[in-house]
Order: sequence, then structure tokens, then C-alpha cells
Amino acid sequence: MNIFVCIKSVPNVSGAEIKITAGGRAVELGGLPLEINDADNCAVEQAILLKETCGGSVCTVTIGAKEQDVMIRMALARGCDRALRVEYPEMGPGTSPLAIARILATAIRGQEFDLVLTGAMASDDGHMAVGVALAQELGVPYAAIARQVSVENGKARVVRELEGGVGELVELSLPAVLTIQTGINKPRYAQILGIRAAQKKELNVRGAADIGIGVDTLAELNGGATLDKLYRSQVVCKAEFLEGDLDAQAEALAGKIIRAGGL
Amino acid sequence: MRNEILVLAEHRQGNLRDISLEMLAQATRLAGSLGGEVVTLLLGSSVGHLAATLTRHSDKVLYSDDARFEHFSSDAYRRVLADVILARKPALVMIAHSAQGADLAPALAVEIELPLTTDVISIAHDEGTLKATRQMFQGKVNADYSLATDRTQLITVREGSFMIAPRTEPGLIEDIVVPVTPDNGYKKFVEYLEAQTGAVDITKSAILVSVGRGIKEQKNLAIIEELAAALNADICGSRVAIDAGWLPQDRQVGITGKVVKPKVYIAIGISGSFQHLAGMSGAKTIVAINKDPNAPIFSVADFAIVDDLFKVVPKLTQKIKSIREQS
Repeated sequence: MNIFVCIKSVPNVSGAEIKITAGGRAVELGGLPLEINDADNCAVEQAILLKETCGGSVCTVTIGAKEQDVMIRMALARGCDRALRVEYPEMGPGTSPLAIARILATAIRGQEFDLVLTGAMASDDGHMAVGVALAQELGVPYAAIARQVSVENGKARVVRELEGGVGELVELSLPAVLTIQTGINKPRYAQILGIRAAQKKELNVRGAADIGIGVDTLAELNGGATLDKLYRSQVVCKAEFLEGDLDAQAEALAGKIIRAGGL
Repeated sequence: MRNEILVLAEHRQGNLRDISLEMLAQATRLAGSLGGEVVTLLLGSSVGHLAATLTRHSDKVLYSDDARFEHFSSDAYRRVLADVILARKPALVMIAHSAQGADLAPALAVEIELPLTTDVISIAHDEGTLKATRQMFQGKVNADYSLATDRTQLITVREGSFMIAPRTEPGLIEDIVVPVTPDNGYKKFVEYLEAQTGAVDITKSAILVSVGRGIKEQKNLAIIEELAAALNADICGSRVAIDAGWLPQDRQVGITGKVVKPKVYIAIGISGSFQHLAGMSGAKTIVAINKDPNAPIFSVADFAIVDDLFKVVPKLTQKIKSIREQS
């Protein structure tokens, strides 16, 4: 079973103030730690789990600069076998998910695969679209937002996460693309031996032009819907913040909860 | 190229989902300035009652009543949408940013080369262009886009972004016959798996204590359990708490979990993604405890403390106990 898993690291913005720069076209990420995207982390784990049951190999695919290598080496340390990183410096927050899918498809096309896994959504641009667009680019069946995956007799049985806690069981013939939802598994940590082994594994770096991506094609894919500006979203706060020291705040809040709860 | 707006109706197991009517309400507002009609596409099997509802929200309902559409199928839907869009050339196509929409819209965009703007929370027509807003970085950043009007634009729309507004004049139903293209059989619907139910049904709880990322580790749930016990409350959580395995799946609040409307909802260490807010903003009284003063949870909270939950929660429990003992 040959598996490609598309991964990227994203800034951890929890609790952080985001600065907008370049006249509203970019965000300042200096100082924010880069971490593997949550759903991509689960996709890596799922790829390794499938390799453990079905055999085969796992190749990670990333679009980005050298700063992504720390995350890539960690995925290799956990059990992925090789990695491909495509450099595309033109990429920014306004890049269409269709353009990202086109680059990934171009990088993967021509290599044999049974499954391509992606995260269901990235926490930075939040499109929830790249995996499904990638499947269509590759011309293979797909299922989005998988919360359970098993492979038997050349078919994938996938439970898709729908609203309200409902699941949708679908069966796909392989090769296929699946987008993996968080919660599907518990990603393992790398072990020391794995970290050592990862240093010797292949990490192939290519420019977008080397794999046949023309800047014009991507400009065309971005063209119809253009990012004008980014700005911090305003939380319109309606809450009454309780006053005084912590003791006084807790006392006041306790009273309000008891009244509201009719206790 | 027409000024028409095409909206894909989303329904499941015989029920229309609210997002369909939310999109139609916004499409109707847009159509006023675009000068075109609002057309709904309804694909289903014996869902005439839904077609009737949809006429009260659109100028025209294209209805294909076909056994092949008994369950949502991304492949079948995509083929029909591609045909309808290429034939009608609408200015704008709206699909829900939902589990169905995410399984459909990106592939449709690739297949017939439409620009795609996802998870749109606002859209307006302004001096000849469409202006759309979406969010990035977990809701912390808004992004404004211009959508060119010289081609059909495809957007997916976030649930709960627009108010439903029925029309006074109902529209028409036009039955459409979809050409039979053989299914390649690559993707088959098997069955729905209904939501899990546990010992406690949190949709029936009067008071809920809810935990999120801020609790950090399962062992820290002890202080939450003490607070819940002092209030005779049940415990639930955000997606993070369920994904991490701290709580079972039937305790998840949000779009993909349960929608709850208790008397009191106490959100502890929950920043408040839109998916979570959609599941709890109907609570009568909302209390939030979070150390980030910019957390979106404060946009729906009635009472709040901005501080470290590990300091606040034990103190709150102690105060509640002593007030209840006195009374």
C-alpha cells in the first residue's frame, strides 16, 4: 500500500495577537511557534496505522520553505518513509485552495499510490477544500471529513463526519483521496530511535517550476476571486465582566449562577 | 452570463437543513441589486414537500425527483450541478459550507473551472463586483475578497451567517429531468450511523459545565467534576475535549456534536469557535471563564471572568458550596 500524506505546519495562534502586515496582504508570524496542523497530524498517524496493517510505504508531501523541515523530519521519525517538499514562494494567505491542490496533484501525479491522505482542514487558511480538489485533479474517488477508515480487499470503508454527531459510511475503490478529521486517532510521539533514523531518510526538495508548475497557471486559478485585505476580526463583547479581586469575582459569579440555575 | 443566483438546497433524511434557507435569504437580498432571479436546485427522491417549502424562498425551484438522489452522492450531485451551471451560466452559485458542501464544491470547482471562495460569512454586491468575507486563523482574522463578475463564482457559505427571511410571493417549481449518466461505482453510500447516546443526554440538562482546550489534561477534569457536583450539573465539552479523549463523543457541543439550550452553560477554557458557538448560544444564561480577553466566547457570554481557570474554578466551587449550604 503506497500512501501519500499532505502535511504542513501552521502558526499556533492560540492566545496570540495576530499582526497584519504588507497593507493587509500578509500576517506577521514572527514569534508564533510553527506546529503540524492538527488534522494533518491525524492524517500522518492514519497513514502509519494503515502501513502497519497493510504494509507499504508512506511519503509526505509539503508545499513550503525550509522552515517546514522540522515538522517533516518529525513525521519521518514517527514512521513515514520519505518526504517531498515543493517550494513555491509565491504562496500566501490569498492563495486559492484550487492552486494548492494543483501543485500537490502535479507533485504526486505519475507516482503509484493507493491512498492520498490530507487533513480535513488547515487551521490557518481554513478552506476545507484542498483534499477534495486534489482528488478531482488526480481523477480518483474521494471522501471528505473521515472520522474512521479501514481498508480491505482493495476498498476503503470510510465513516464521514456529518453534522449532529451522525456518520455516513461510504465505500470507495482505490486509489482514492481521503481528508482526515481530528479525533480519528491519537497521534503518536516520535521515539529516540525514530528521530535518529529520520535523519537518514530521503527529503526531496523541488521548485514548483521543476515539477512543471507555471506561475501563469496558478495566477489563473487565483484570478477570479482575489484577496483584497486581511484585518483582525472584532469580538463584539456582550459579557458583563465581574469586578473586584478574584475572591469577589468568584463570589459574584457564584450568586449569578445559582440564581440563573434556579438552585 | 446571467445575473442569476443558483443555490443548492441541502437536505438529509427528509429534512431541509436551515443553511438552505439562510443562503436563499441572502441570495434574495443580493438578487435585488444584481437584478437576477434566485433559483434553487433540489436533488432528491420524493421530497416534494421540501420543494414546496423552497418556493417560499426562491423565484424558481429546479426539482429533480430521482431515486439516484435518495442519499447525498458527491459524484451524482457534481455531474448534475456541472450541467446546470454550464447551461444556465449563473453569476453566483451558493453551496453550504457543511459536510455535504465540503464533499462536493471543491471537486465541482476543479471540474468546470470555477473560482472557489470557501466558508463565506458575508457577501454583498458593490459597484459591479461581489465582495465576500471569510475568516482565517481560527476566526481571528477576517479576509475580504473581490469576486469577478465576468464569470460564474462558486462560494460555500457558513451556517448561521444569514437570517432566514421567507418571501411574500411564492416562486415556481420546475421539474427537471437529469440525463442518466452511468455511475462508475467508485463511491457507494452504505448507511447513516446515528449519533451515539450515552448515560446522560446533555440536550436535556438544566445546567452544563463545559470544558475546552484550556483544561490541558484529563486529570485536570477533577476540578470540573467538583464544580459540576456542587451545581448538580452535567459535564460536556468542545471538539478539542472530545478529540483528546477527555470526554466521550456524546458529550460534544457544537455543529458536529449536539445543540444544547440549558438554563446555564458554563464555558471553561473554551475560546469559542463558530462551530462551538452554534451549539450553545441558545442557552439562557452563558458564563465564560477564559484567560484570553479576545476569545470569541465572550461575544455570547452574559457573565465572564478573564483569568486562569485553574485559579477561578476551585474558588467558584467553594463559593457555590457555601452559598448553597447557607440557604
